[in-house]
Formats: sequence, structure tokens, C-alpha cells
Amino acid sequence: MTEITIDNIFKSYGSTPILERVSTVLPDHEFCTILGPSGAGKTTLLRILLSMETPTKGRILIDGEPVDEEPQPDRGVVFQRYSVFPHLTALQNVMIGPQLKSGNWFTRPLGAKRRHLRERAAALLEEVGLGDALDKYPCQLSGGMQQRLAIAQAMIMEPKVLLLDEPFGALDQATKRSMHSLILELWERNKMTIVMVTHDIQEAFTLGTRILMIDKVRDDPQAPAAYGSTITHDLRLDPKRRPPLTVVTDDTLDSAGDDPHSMRAIFARWTQNAGDAVVEKGGALATRGE
Amino acid sequence: MKRAFNYIPNRPVAIFLACLPFIAAILFYMAGSETRLAENPNDKLMPSFTAFGEAMHNLAFTENRRTGQYVFWQDTYVSLERLLTGLGISVILCLVIGLPVGFLPYLRRMWEPFVAAFSLIPPLAVLPILFIIFGLGETSKIVLIVFGLAPFLTRDVALSVTQIPREQLIKAQTLGASTMQIMTQIVLPQVMPRLVDSLRLSLGSAWLFLIAAEAIASEGGLGYRIFLVRRYLSMDIILPYVLWITLLAFLMDYALASWSRWYCRWRHLELKPS
Repeated sequence: MTEITIDNIFKSYGSTPILERVSTVLPDHEFCTILGPSGAGKTTLLRILLSMETPTKGRILIDGEPVDEEPQPDRGVVFQRYSVFPHLTALQNVMIGPQLKSGNWFTRPLGAKRRHLRERAAALLEEVGLGDALDKYPCQLSGGMQQRLAIAQAMIMEPKVLLLDEPFGALDQATKRSMHSLILELWERNKMTIVMVTHDIQEAFTLGTRILMIDKVRDDPQAPAAYGSTITHDLRLDPKRRPPLTVVTDDTLDSAGDDPHSMRAIFARWTQNAGDAVVEKGGALATRGE
Repeated sequence: MKRAFNYIPNRPVAIFLACLPFIAAILFYMAGSETRLAENPNDKLMPSFTAFGEAMHNLAFTENRRTGQYVFWQDTYVSLERLLTGLGISVILCLVIGLPVGFLPYLRRMWEPFVAAFSLIPPLAVLPILFIIFGLGETSKIVLIVFGLAPFLTRDVALSVTQIPREQLIKAQTLGASTMQIMTQIVLPQVMPRLVDSLRLSLGSAWLFLIAAEAIASEGGLGYRIFLVRRYLSMDIILPYVLWITLLAFLMDYALASWSRWYCRWRHLELKPS
């Protein structure tokens, strides 16, 4: 059981508010995707979940306990870049997690323990499709393979929560799709909670059981930095009832006077397209009927 | 007609081109030496290669009558011992100080400005102080090399520590690593290739400090010998010694580069994508 409570988070840098009144509860085994226009603060929210940054106000609870103020093994992470250690081979990159956790500052597990760990790491790499690349260095792997490696590196720690910061943002479409099925498979099998930041709405709807849209509710054109973002839409999707999601063309749906290319308008079209897969709607704007 | 930088020589041509300046320099010297010796057989400025051979034969393969030593090899041994001790101490110091200073924000705030200021002190200007404090023996010569190299290397190590992407340090924490583990297992290996490069670049200064110290007060060593025989205008000894020092420096540079290619293989794979 892992329940994440985001309790009234405020975050500002100096006098610039980034996030305000961000509150929600993610129940166990949620696949939560966080969407939002660039600069809205979705990565900031993920960093707060990771304890990479501290909120100005509010707190994060996991199973009722406030999270540690430093990043800890209960929350694994995959960044868009620099997630793996360039000086270690694929196998070493996966083995290093348990090695660091069990060893003191210079010893490493030896003998049977090491052999066991090696087998576990190799099996995990096989699972993510890197079975032939055990002894390759990250720079010898393609972008998609590096992300697979980063996922394996995080998975071996069996974290309660896996945080993904635009992990597939730099990948081509085909690689992205194979990464999607990999991450869904791992999510089903390991029953952990995933929180993923993305700017790709299609990705958010194909993967998520929960979609959080982060954006500004109040916007002062005279002072664009005056207000922070909050959760404007909070959708719960039933993955079993999810219709096949195809790209929505602009003319099929009315975008209610908004700029039809704004993230909010595209999001609204995707929400309609998802139809009765949406089992629950919430968020600051959804209650206003948008 | 392609643009000039689009003409790329193949391997045999590249080797030939690399040899060309060396051959030219030797030929140029031989011509100059012959002209001068034809005019004045006792000319000391540009001795012939036979003179070099004789002088070096006396120093390297003939026992010194007074001390019973082979002067050339003794000089080499003494100098290398000083140089390598100095380099070794510098490397240890720059890692022991540079890693924590670059890695821990509190130490960085405290020591970075000091190390920066310290590294700007001209080492040769404090040589007299070193002679006063440590005497004229081996210590002051080694300290001079350390004084010249360690602050520079320390700054360099500290700087390259700060260039490791923050994501990696976060990632290491999510893998349960402690400060010490991150420093020894994540930061140190990634600093090594850069340290080797900086060490290679500072080999020149290391030799400079060594020869300066030996020239001023010493009883042996390559630099000492050069400055000793200067009084007799013995170019037949000075020039081979200079060449020998150059060769030693080149070999050390080459050894460091090879070691880095083997030990930091990942870095070289990054630089040269297959």
C-alpha cells in the first residue's frame, strides 16, 4: 500500500510564485501523469515529490508519514537525461544501487552475494531489453536504451514510487511507443505508484490512470508572474474502458472560443475523446464546468 | 578545389608529415654546426653530433673517477625521484582537498577563495622562503613542485566536481548512497579523466620548478648539471641533456595518456563515438 498525499503545496522562487494550493491524493498503484504548459511548474512539483526541492508551504505524505527531506530509496527517479552514471557499464549501473545501500563507503558485496546480485541485475536488464548490452557504457547506448537502463537502475531498488521527469521526451515516436509498453508492463507487475511528468498529452492519456493538469487559474496579463499554477484538471481514467486513442483533429470538436492550439483546448478535446473512460473529474477549472 | 580544412591526410602521409619538422630541425642544426666548425674547429656553440656522442659516452657509460658513479644516470635518477615525489604528493593533495571542497557546499564557500588566491602566488617567488624554512636539501625542491602544482590541480578538481550533473547526485541518493559513497564511487571516477589531462598539462611547469630549484641549490640532478657546465660553455652536454629531459617529459605524458585511455575507457568512448 502506498498512498501519496500532496497537502496544500505552495512553492515560490523569491517573490515569483510557481505553485499554489496544490492538493490531491494519489491512491495505491496509481499511474499519475502530470501535464501542463512549459513553465507551469510540473517539474517543480515532481522535484518536490522527490525532495529535490522543499515546498515553501505544505507537505508531501506517503502513507500518512511526511517524506524525508532528502531523496531516499523509497522514491526512484528517471530524468530525461543524466540518469545513469557514465563511468559504469550497464550491468554496473544496475548493480550499484544495492551495492551502495548494503556497503559502507568502500566495501562492496563479494562472493555469493555479489553473484546473486549480478544475476538479479542481468535478469532485470534482460527484462527491459538490454540483455545483449550488459558490458556497454551508457555512451555506447542509444537514447532509448539509456532510458531503459535508467528504468532498470531505479527498479532494482524496488521503490514504492517511481518518479519520471519527461523520460521519453527526447525519443522518437517508435522508441517512445515501445518504452510505453515497457513501463506499463513494469507498472502492472510491480504494483508500484508511478508519477510521470510529460508535455505530451497523448502520452498522458495512453498511460495514465490519473491525469493532473497543472496551469494558472488566474492570469493577470499585466503581471504574468503574479500567480502560480495549481491543478486545473484532475481526471481519473479507467484503463480498461479507455477507447483506442487516435490523434484528434482540430475540427472535430469545438474549443469554446479558446485558442484551439492552447494546451487547455487540446486537453479538453482529449478529455471528450476519452469519453466514458473518464470516471471522475476534479480540479480548479473542472468544477467551473470547463 | 575543396576548402583547405577538408583535405585530410591518410595514415602514412600523416606519419611522414609528423616526422618532417623533426628531420628539418636536425638537418638545419647539422648544416649550421658544419658551417661554424669549418670556420673555427674549436667552436663551442654548435658542436657536432660526434661531440655529443663523446660527451654523453663519458657521462653515461664511464664511471666517474671521483665518485664512482655514472653521472648521467645518477642525475636522471635524482631528478626523477624529486619530480615524481612532487607529482605524487600534488595528486594526493588535490584529491584529498579538491574533492570535498568541490563537493560540500560549506567547505566550498570556506576554501574556494583561499585556494584560488593561494594558487596565484608565483612559486618561484617563494623559493627563497622554502630554502630558508626547509634548507637547501631535497625537501625544498619537492615542496616547490607541490607548491606550484597542488593549488592549481586542487582548483581544477574542485571545479570539475561542480560540473557533474545534479541529476546524478540526486539519482545516487535515491539509490541510498551516503556522502562518502557518492564522493568515492560517483564523483572521483568522473573527475579522474580531467585530472589526468590537467596533470599532463602541468608536467611542463613541474619540470620548470624542478630545474629552477636544482639550478639554484643542489648537488646533482639534470638541471644542476646543465647549469654547472654552462660555465664551460659545454653545449655538447647541455643540448643532449635538454633533449633527454624533453624525452622524459614526453614519455611521462604518453604514459599518463595511455593510463587514462585504459582506466577511464568510458570517457574516451564518449569523446570518440564509434
